[in-house]
Amino acid sequence: MLVTILDIVIAGLLLGGLYALIAMGLSLQYGVARVLNISHGEFIMLGGLTTWTITKSLGINPFVSLVICGPVAFILGYIIHQTLFKRLYSISASPSVFESSSMLASFGLMFIIQNIALLAWGPEIRGYSYLAFPVHIAGTLFGANRLVTTGFAIVIGVGFYLFLARTRTGKAVRAAAQDPTTAGLMGVNINRVLALCFGLGAAMAGIAGMLISMCYPVHAVMGMPYTIIAIVVVALGGMGSIPGSFIGGFALGLIGSIVTHFEPGLALVAYYLIFILLLLLKPTGIMGK
Amino acid sequence: MNWSKLELRKARTPGVLLIFLILLATLTLYASPYTVIFVTSIFMYIILTVSWVIFSGPTGYISFAPAAFFGVGIYTSAILGTELPLPIVILTGGVISFILALFVGALTLRLKGVYFTIFTLGLVELSKHLLLWYEIKFTGTRGRFVVLVDNTTIYYILFIILVLLLLTSYLIRRSKYGLALRSIGESEEASAHTGVNVNLLKTFTFALSAVFMGATGAIMATRWTYVDPYIAFNLQYSFMPVLMSIFGGMGQLYGPVLGAVIFTMLEEKLITEFPYYYMLTIGLILLIVIIYLPDGLVGLIQKWQNRSPEKQHVTP
Amino acid sequence: MSLLEGIGVTKYFGGLAAVSQVDFKIPKGKVVGLIGPNGAGKTTLFNLVSGVLIPKSGTINFKTENITGMQSYRICRKGVARTFQSVNVFGNMPVVENVLLGAIFGNSNPSSEKEAAEEAMNLLEFVGLSEMRSVPTQSLTLGDKKRLEVARALATKPELLLLDELMAGLNHTELTETMELVNKIRDRGITIFMIEHVMRVIMSICDRIIVLHHGEKIAEGTPKSIAANKTVIKAYLGE
Repeated sequence: MLVTILDIVIAGLLLGGLYALIAMGLSLQYGVARVLNISHGEFIMLGGLTTWTITKSLGINPFVSLVICGPVAFILGYIIHQTLFKRLYSISASPSVFESSSMLASFGLMFIIQNIALLAWGPEIRGYSYLAFPVHIAGTLFGANRLVTTGFAIVIGVGFYLFLARTRTGKAVRAAAQDPTTAGLMGVNINRVLALCFGLGAAMAGIAGMLISMCYPVHAVMGMPYTIIAIVVVALGGMGSIPGSFIGGFALGLIGSIVTHFEPGLALVAYYLIFILLLLLKPTGIMGK
Repeated sequence: MNWSKLELRKARTPGVLLIFLILLATLTLYASPYTVIFVTSIFMYIILTVSWVIFSGPTGYISFAPAAFFGVGIYTSAILGTELPLPIVILTGGVISFILALFVGALTLRLKGVYFTIFTLGLVELSKHLLLWYEIKFTGTRGRFVVLVDNTTIYYILFIILVLLLLTSYLIRRSKYGLALRSIGESEEASAHTGVNVNLLKTFTFALSAVFMGATGAIMATRWTYVDPYIAFNLQYSFMPVLMSIFGGMGQLYGPVLGAVIFTMLEEKLITEFPYYYMLTIGLILLIVIIYLPDGLVGLIQKWQNRSPEKQHVTP
Repeated sequence: MSLLEGIGVTKYFGGLAAVSQVDFKIPKGKVVGLIGPNGAGKTTLFNLVSGVLIPKSGTINFKTENITGMQSYRICRKGVARTFQSVNVFGNMPVVENVLLGAIFGNSNPSSEKEAAEEAMNLLEFVGLSEMRSVPTQSLTLGDKKRLEVARALATKPELLLLDELMAGLNHTELTETMELVNKIRDRGITIFMIEHVMRVIMSICDRIIVLHHGEKIAEGTPKSIAANKTVIKAYLGE
């Protein structure tokens, strides 16, 4: 009995860690840069497939690809923001117009990135084995890779939270999220912060992809379900609140694990039911304004 | 069938329009079976696009739900197709979609637009998973077989739905409800303060648009003969209407029609000749249109004609 | 008799009381001013009356009917119209359609579309915007947009008109014209409740003035008595 609970909890933490990571990434992009990035899942996919290539084809430890996935995704996100979204902002008549058109643009981005991935990797499902040996904890077996991934996700999440709370750049980011105009007036280089946040969000997606690839198979069209989950978590956590996304991610992961234990295949349905409940009761989310 | 953009534009005048309609109505008498099937696909996309624009165009609430309503229609056909006559099945598909849309609308339209969009995006995946779970758990099989219907019947049913839809869209645009819908898109707060029952109008219009999508799904299912949750609830049927509307422009009724026709023909061409670059091209076109052609083809055409777009809105 | 009445109206944003236990009575046929330093809660009070916000406690009655927390469109149809501080017109629609919307939807007894069109044209003339009727609203000057908002509000056949800083941002000529417009509206028998910062407008037009400060009513009375009121002067100068 206790073993089952532990199993569920740890599985939930693993899922939650991943969810928290991808949700925080999206939260940065929506909360600060005001882009509801529908192509978020594609960055996750890119991270996963890149890691696969590095690990499988070059025989290198997947953690090495962390050094590649993170920064490359960051640069990609930064460039995309500076070229596409900055341009879009300057031609948008109002912030709400920008929100719609940037979302639609990210939609186009999704098509483009997915197609490029299909060209580069083909539609086949790819997987590799790493740290797949079992570890004994309190009488149950857990894959070492899953434990490592969870630990990693938590470390990154907490580290990022501290970055936001303690560092100067982090505080600039939070200020920009709260009130871009005032932050700009107070000397924060708003444009740089927006691009930085977008890039950071993409980086988190890339890293999440790498972590996912360690535990699950990856393929070119895996992105959308993750995007949806990220969006639901962001909404649950309060549309742009990064701590909210962190907590929401773990909450959802835990719920997903519990539901999957009793009724596999209903996890997404459960997420949606919670989403509906939240919309009815507290539309601003767990930590919303 | 190679209609150039110019001819489609001229077709707005009533006389030419009538001839065009008659030509379409009699298509099955003179065209090849391939053409009939192709035009049927075009009709399907026009319906999805125009009905999407009925709500999302004026209000600015971007919905990704068409695939959900389309899928509901498909499954209605799959489940009831053997029990009830075709017209009833199609109607039922429309009605169930209507009810689902009412529920979704009532739940999410009273909140900020982004919640609505998010919800509709996941609705398709949700429906797919729910149905998949249900099938695995209760019926034991995956997917269903659909009653077969001949292509001519499918063509005419879609033609009828299309005509009804175009009529509905036209009437709404010119009516006080069209005015109210546009005002909601401009400023919901001001609209409410001017006496418009914003929530009711939004929800009802959204539900109305769903009827056509559901009905279309019900009839299209008969072309595929076998459907499962993955086939029925495919996000492509949400993405395409959005793309086509943005491309064609939503300021005028012919915009979405134009967008749907051109895109469907583009899709046909791309899939046969450059299948590996299809999504890339579509994505790039979307980005280009969003940045350089925010009013879509309609905006472009009106610029050529040197007419200011708002003159179309003025009520006599 | 009081057309509009507020009893103990209170609204909190987080821990902050934006409006706190405010009582007010707006007599029929009068022009009442609502003044106070920035952040006093004036627009919040309007938002509470017009249904944008729901008060935490307190009651708002219109013609003895309780309208507290009612939806905006219903309050509008009952006879309360308003303009907004940041001008809220339908930018991409032609001028006349803004007013037309009000004429069609703003009443419990809807006019036919033909009558509504006529009413819209009459109102455009009333505010002096007849020539601009087909122009897209966003290309209007600020002063014209404000007049359009007034016309749209009047199209809903209100008994009470809430004006939120109508005079803000207007130049000298526009100010005089707009003050005349307000008088013309009053002459039509419409009760006016207006938020203003421009003192000479308040002093010359209003019959009564209510003063808010930090969400509380600190004074109420005739323009003369308010001008001499020490608490009011301190509130403004002390900021």
